[in-house]
Amino acid sequence: MQFNSFSDFINMGGYGFYVWLSFGVSALILSLLLISSKRGHQQIINQIAKRKQREDKLREAKALRKKHNEKNEEAKKANAALNEVTE
Amino acid sequence: MWKWLHPYANPEVSYHLTNKLLPWFSGLAAVFLTIGLVWALLFAPADYQQGDSFRIFYVHVPAASLSMGIYFAMAIAAFSSLVWQLKLADASAAAIAPVGAAFTAIALITGAAWGKPMWGTWWIWDARLTSELILLFLYLGVIALHNAFEDKNLAGKAAGILTLVGVINIPIIKYSVDWWNTLHQGSTVSKLGKPSMSLDMLWPFIFSFIGFSFLVGVIICLRFRNEILARNSIRPWVRELVKNKAC
Repeated sequence: MQFNSFSDFINMGGYGFYVWLSFGVSALILSLLLISSKRGHQQIINQIAKRKQREDKLREAKALRKKHNEKNEEAKKANAALNEVTE
Repeated sequence: MWKWLHPYANPEVSYHLTNKLLPWFSGLAAVFLTIGLVWALLFAPADYQQGDSFRIFYVHVPAASLSMGIYFAMAIAAFSSLVWQLKLADASAAAIAPVGAAFTAIALITGAAWGKPMWGTWWIWDARLTSELILLFLYLGVIALHNAFEDKNLAGKAAGILTLVGVINIPIIKYSVDWWNTLHQGSTVSKLGKPSMSLDMLWPFIFSFIGFSFLVGVIICLRFRNEILARNSIRPWVRELVKNKAC
């Protein structure tokens, strides 16, 4: 052990400010990078899930519209047939 | 001969391999960094000229040499992506760049905090400091290019070319202290043969250097798997994974 007391350790032989500035800034930068990289995983998963949900909804709406159009088409045909008969 | 490498060109295999590597890298990084930094701060002897300010060395030197090593790794990835069109190489280059930028910033900041008490100035425009600052700008340029295009292949190509052009800066940083007169001291650790440093100062350095290297591995793994997911979002295996893990 190079230091006699805790305050000696903090003081770093008069260079405390510079030493702790270096170690502090390094720890800050690295932990921010580490945390943001780790969080990114869940964020990307949620993003993809959301996109998939939107796609599913779109697909459903498309199918519904198609069904609707087909029904309309049938009604039109029936109407035309009816018209022909009544004429 | 290269057949064993083939499965790793598959994003799914690489994703799962990365997940398996992560806990090992994290554990080793924690152990080596704790031992190295406690040793460096508490037990390593103070320098006979620089006193305790010399303890900045244990962050500054690993950060600076890793900032160059990481650039080299990124350049290899960029080269493989440009030549062999490996999509995963692009993903890894994009994952590596922010880590390199962080270590370059740390090298510059700790260097300034060491320069102030030793040289009397936070900053001086000499060869070593300026070339390291250019390295930071290269990293920032690469990150910007990766994010500048919607099409990730195009982005990878642009960023890759910048990366390869920037490789010229690495030997300039490395040899700047020999080629030009500079305030920055010459290398003490990587002298071939025997380092000009006493062993009780060198050992904590070796531990913290290995610890920082594993930490680089951890962060790159974390970012690499994010890149894989983002770039393969329409693949069935990603969809399956998302179904289980989304919240």
